[in-house]
Amino acid sequence: MFKRLIAVALMLTVALSLGLAGCAKKPAQVTGDLAGDQTLRYDLGVAEPETLDPHLQQGVAEFNVASQMYEGLTRMDANNQPYAGVAEKWDISSDGLKYTFTLRKNSKWSNGDPVTAKDFEWSWKRALDPRTASPYSYQLYYIKGGQALNETDPKDEAKIKQLSDALGVKAKDDYTLEVTLEAPTPYFLGLTSFPTLYPVHRAEVEKFGDKWATKPEQFVTNGPFKMTKWVNNQAIEMEKSKNYWDAKNVVLKKIIFNLIDDQNTSLTMWESGQTDLNNNVPVQEIDRLKKEGKLTTLPYLGTYYYSFNVTKKPFDDPRVRTAFAMAIDRKLITQQITKAGQVPAYAFVPPGIPDVDPKGDFRKAGGDFFKEDLDAAKKLLADAGYKDMKKFPSFEILYNTSASHKTIAEAIQEMWSKNLGIPKEKVKLHVEEWKVYLPSRNTHNFQVARAGWIGDYVDPMTFLDMFVTNGGNNDPAYSNPKYDELIQKAKSSGDPKVRVPAMHEAEKILMNDMVIAPIYYYTNNWLIKPYVKGLAINTIGGVDFKQAWIAKH
Amino acid sequence: MARYILQRVFAAFVALWILTTVTFVLMHAIPGGPFTRERNVPEAIMRNLDAKYHLNDPLWKQYLDYLGGVARFDLGPSFKFPGQTVNDFIRRGFPVSAELGIIAIILSMAVGIPAGIISALRQNKWQDNTTMLVAIVGVSVPSFIIAPVLMYVFALKLHWLPAAMWGDWKQVIMPAVALALLPLATFSRLMRSSMLDVISQDYIKTARAKGLSELAVTWRHAVKNAIMPIVTYLGPLIAAILTGTFVIEQIFAIPGLGRQFVWSVNNRDYTTILGLTVFYGAFLLIMNLIVDIIYGFLDPRIQLTGRKE
Repeated sequence: MFKRLIAVALMLTVALSLGLAGCAKKPAQVTGDLAGDQTLRYDLGVAEPETLDPHLQQGVAEFNVASQMYEGLTRMDANNQPYAGVAEKWDISSDGLKYTFTLRKNSKWSNGDPVTAKDFEWSWKRALDPRTASPYSYQLYYIKGGQALNETDPKDEAKIKQLSDALGVKAKDDYTLEVTLEAPTPYFLGLTSFPTLYPVHRAEVEKFGDKWATKPEQFVTNGPFKMTKWVNNQAIEMEKSKNYWDAKNVVLKKIIFNLIDDQNTSLTMWESGQTDLNNNVPVQEIDRLKKEGKLTTLPYLGTYYYSFNVTKKPFDDPRVRTAFAMAIDRKLITQQITKAGQVPAYAFVPPGIPDVDPKGDFRKAGGDFFKEDLDAAKKLLADAGYKDMKKFPSFEILYNTSASHKTIAEAIQEMWSKNLGIPKEKVKLHVEEWKVYLPSRNTHNFQVARAGWIGDYVDPMTFLDMFVTNGGNNDPAYSNPKYDELIQKAKSSGDPKVRVPAMHEAEKILMNDMVIAPIYYYTNNWLIKPYVKGLAINTIGGVDFKQAWIAKH
Repeated sequence: MARYILQRVFAAFVALWILTTVTFVLMHAIPGGPFTRERNVPEAIMRNLDAKYHLNDPLWKQYLDYLGGVARFDLGPSFKFPGQTVNDFIRRGFPVSAELGIIAIILSMAVGIPAGIISALRQNKWQDNTTMLVAIVGVSVPSFIIAPVLMYVFALKLHWLPAAMWGDWKQVIMPAVALALLPLATFSRLMRSSMLDVISQDYIKTARAKGLSELAVTWRHAVKNAIMPIVTYLGPLIAAILTGTFVIEQIFAIPGLGRQFVWSVNNRDYTTILGLTVFYGAFLLIMNLIVDIIYGFLDPRIQLTGRKE
């Protein structure tokens, strides 16, 4: 009898607490009934993140793990807009050089320590320290003295200390962080949501050294979720962090990141219900998934293009390059080959970046720079001295091993030969394995090469500064003083009225010279189970689960 | 015997050293390095990375440092996965690959050997024909076909088994079957032809003439003598399967060593390529040595002392 009484009492307690939980105000993003099990299973698309040390990360998959467990001064929403993260507000000086961030006092690490401005100061100095060897450290070169510090000899400790003390980041007190920039950088606020600029917890980094980011128990993090398990090559698990300042608005209880890189296996797992979310869709299945209504296609800030080596014949002549760019049927490529809503591209910078007017679009304002026009193409070739195309010198198209790149290269081979009348045996295809292809491209050892570029941040500069003279990613070996000057002008001003027109003009020069032949603007393909809600997927590939929730299903 | 083993061990060390050296040279000869990326890393950052991993040392120094590490069983840090070492990869991946491999080998022996014996005893009857048909399928259909077919049927359509990943026994079934099929087929064919060879020998007729039961003849006289080719095949097979198979591990997302090895080549993760090559080489040499010793026990005619003087 007594036992039964206890049982009844227990049941009542449970029912009451459930009822109370039901009554409590739901987080604003939740619009329907919640599922009982708030676990999200996400297929990361790689078999193992290279590293979970945010300062050493350089890939989208790695970023997407870190951004759930860390929080920068800001977070980025689905529209690429930074919003308050650890910083609750900020002031920007009128010359755009000094940022003063006010940190919220209730932001805590997962062990309960407060997140302070000193954490940021120490972390950013660590990311720039040459001994850390952070491959993405140039995301911090915008800070005064950042590049100088990073480029010091790793053995020169005194110099490192000196430059580190002089770095333009200072914790004025525990909750005020003052950052001085080299030049006005309108997208700096967005960069503070980027993993290279996350704070890391000093005690663990100093205690465990190089190995600190290899075990879940050594991660003390400040984001909405904390890591509980990491089985290498299998899965990473996170739980909601109760110490997160905005925990009341975090609905997911658990995230499982499945570590799978095989696209077909990933797809089978998603279709058989072993995962909820997948961003690693095999191209050959896109048609079927689209027909079955399973595919979610989102914009992606990237351009697929063919680079011309402007130093090698016959592509050292802009007329030849323009003619070749005009002789590609982009609609055919996007509709018959890639098939996932990609948009034919007639310029380099993709749509989705604000213009002078923040509501405008850089691409719309700039417009297209050329048309597919075979007559004009033939005329340009004739002007360049190629009257009989049968005598056109033979050349190679370089691409890296991949079924879809191969199909596109074959299509372009066919188009150039047919549309321009070049004998097909003169348009050769040359395939190389990824790590062979990259150095070939980078050392300008090619004539025409496939390439693609996804923005690092939401600004035309992430595309346009590639082609400055001797730029690290300037594969075509392009050099134009006027272009360099315009890029420099845009970089040294924080005023959209100065920098945006300069970038428009630079792009025009680039496209007039037809250094690259744009092919299409990328899209980002996802498989999302209909009960997964509240995802914030931005156009540079990042996904944030802070506001995600699982609907009743 | 002891002298023979010593000789073999010495030869194994020489072979390992050659293997390491050749791999080291070839690896540095192929284009691309561990830090080659689509987003070209600025030169200063590249210098920091090279300094951190001693890649700016002269090649001969890198080589000597590496050999020194190998002698201390330290295969070095991974370049691709900062904070992790090649020893970590082996410690984590080898048990998984070995577990899957042992299950697959047991499965293939348990089915393949009896099937081979039966088909030899029932030559050209339906048992024989069925076994050989299965064997032909097993030998000729590659695992990268078998695996997705299994996955399609049992995970996607019937929902009996999880599609992929590693952890509980249900996740072992499909990869083990896919992995076992080829050795199973090979075992049954080897066993069949070797049995056919043996049962036509005079001593089998003698045994029968003595009035021994069919079972005794088969088991004590035929099988024992017919098993030699299986043992020969077993050495390299164990080495190959236990160190992981890329295709199966890749398709079923199993955290084994085979996948790690192929990635390391794609990533130009120098230390991992070298370390796993050395590990694989050492394992293969040990397995072959063990097989040689087992020969001695199974067949007293084989002398392990090498050349008689």
